[in-house]
Amino acid sequence: MNILKLLENDSKSVGRREFVEKSFLSFLSLLIPKFLLAEEKSDNIKWILSNEYSPNDHYWAMGIDISKCIGCGRCVEACKKENSVPDEPFFFRTWVERYRILENGETLIDSPNGAMNSFNDEPLEENIIRSFFVPKICNQCDNPPCVQVCPVGATFQTPDGVVLVDSEYCIGCRYCIQACPYGARFLNPETRTAEKCTFCYHRISRGKVPACVEACPTQARIFGEIKKKASPLVRFLRLNKISVLKPYLNTEPKVFYANLDMEVK
Amino acid sequence: MKEIVEHLYPLLKEISGYIYPNEIELHWGLLVVIYPYLTGLVAGAFILASLVKVFNVKEVQSTYRISLLTALAFLLVAPLPLLAHLGHAEKSFEIFLTPNTSSAMAMFGFVYAWYLMAVLLLEIWFDYRKDLILWAKEETGIKKWVHKIISLFSGDISEHAIKFDKKAVKAVTIIGIPSAFLLHGYVGFIFGSVKANPWWSSVLMPIVFLFSAIVSGIALVLLIYMIVMPIRSKTIDMKCLDKMASFLFYTMIVDFSLETLDFIHRIYESEESINILSTLVSGKLFGSLVVVQLLIGMLIPLGSIAAIKLFKTPDELRRLVYFVSALLVQVGIFSTRWNVVIGGQLFSKSFSGLTAYKMTFFGLEGLLVSIAILILPLIILYILFKILPPWEEARTA
Repeated sequence: MNILKLLENDSKSVGRREFVEKSFLSFLSLLIPKFLLAEEKSDNIKWILSNEYSPNDHYWAMGIDISKCIGCGRCVEACKKENSVPDEPFFFRTWVERYRILENGETLIDSPNGAMNSFNDEPLEENIIRSFFVPKICNQCDNPPCVQVCPVGATFQTPDGVVLVDSEYCIGCRYCIQACPYGARFLNPETRTAEKCTFCYHRISRGKVPACVEACPTQARIFGEIKKKASPLVRFLRLNKISVLKPYLNTEPKVFYANLDMEVK
Repeated sequence: MKEIVEHLYPLLKEISGYIYPNEIELHWGLLVVIYPYLTGLVAGAFILASLVKVFNVKEVQSTYRISLLTALAFLLVAPLPLLAHLGHAEKSFEIFLTPNTSSAMAMFGFVYAWYLMAVLLLEIWFDYRKDLILWAKEETGIKKWVHKIISLFSGDISEHAIKFDKKAVKAVTIIGIPSAFLLHGYVGFIFGSVKANPWWSSVLMPIVFLFSAIVSGIALVLLIYMIVMPIRSKTIDMKCLDKMASFLFYTMIVDFSLETLDFIHRIYESEESINILSTLVSGKLFGSLVVVQLLIGMLIPLGSIAAIKLFKTPDELRRLVYFVSALLVQVGIFSTRWNVVIGGQLFSKSFSGLTAYKMTFFGLEGLLVSIAILILPLIILYILFKILPPWEEARTA
């Protein structure tokens, strides 16, 4: 009887502290749908885990040897096909630039249609003293400004060092496109979300190399691990003089160039 | 999809030099120009109101409530251009739910909500509370209820309560000044912190934004005051006008000095980007930067107001000069925003070429929607003037 009375009293008088605690817990329930949604979205992750791909065991990067690139544009074509990048000449996950340094000191740079159909070689009036091709791609920065600025966290860095975009999360504000110093991002005109090179994440997580690497006839692109000694990329990095694009911006790119000229920006 | 691509093809011909292929589409268009223009007006109008309260400037007392309502009307519209420009406006709430704490843009929701709820609405409510109660007492019908609801059904007009109102207004104003600085300085930071873009990346950017905001806000309230008074067949108080013009003049001098400092600093440091930026300023941006922003929007109004200050002039001439100057200042500040936002995207991040911007007329990001967004705050302001008359004679004793 006494206990019952006590219980009754207790249930009636909710203390201030208890009230705050209970309201806090109630508000937490607002987060439940968030967890449920995350569960739904995890199909891809499930696949990766069930196939024993562990992002923590890898750290990906790319090497590009300028002296090997012949400007054929096969990489651009392969990328567009592999990743269903829109055909129009305004959207590229990778492209190739041609640099022609003339006798008068002028530098001509072009990349018609991202070099998808290679380059024309109509003669110039001035003599060319040096010419070379530079494949460009997202630098998968270790200190990525695009990830920093994304207001909703739709673009993120995976443990294996790749910067990805969750298109279901992206609100299309385009701050990341503004923040990328390399022009590597674009807004997909169909989905209206930001898009960029993923190192062909769907391929590398299945043990393959990115489409552009596979399509390159001269092996100007080398893909691989940078934290494992046996990797061909590590060998490439040891045997060449290496530079990255815009090092002064401290973005710490993971696309490494061999034999890069100072004209390239 | 088709529309976007069709819009982009003609731009291929406008490119000079080399730009990265993804840069042909210019991503932040007219709507993103309007956004900082609107928040600038909000911050500026509020700071004018605060000058009255904190420093007790008696001459401009009659513009206090006009300024507050102007700030509110423009603040309500400020998020619209942002929403309209998003690729997925329906997901915009994610900024509130899962903000990325390292992103400057993610703070927008919080800065905005703070300014609207904790500053502006609170100050207006405390300032109008007594009047709302007294108005509601004498009114009938809908008006009575509107005022009752806005006063949140408070009824205490004892001396003690009124004293508290006054104290509260002062407290909110004091919190409000740094908040207004935050609101617009923060917008400047969104641009100033983009290290990839040398036209934007500058520590001065938030401060330049702030002072240009104060300039535009004071000029706007001055314009509204000069338009509204004759419409209500009241005389314009010249002392009030002179004081506002003085404020405008001094803040313009600070603004001009900061912009000049920025300009000299860039030229003196002469970094990697200097060549492409000089090509930009002397070419595609010459009209909007040198002619409109600098000459029409800054030097002419500055010179005219200075002349008025130096020589004794009749009231009519002074009114004319103030009005025209304030109008030119609006045009100038709008083109300041244009030159920052659009100008910053006209050159390639390869620093080797320039691209072009072509406005569309229809569509969510077109001229038509933009004009509507610019007119909307004036309509809201008209309604606010009807519901909460800011005139001195409407104040209850």
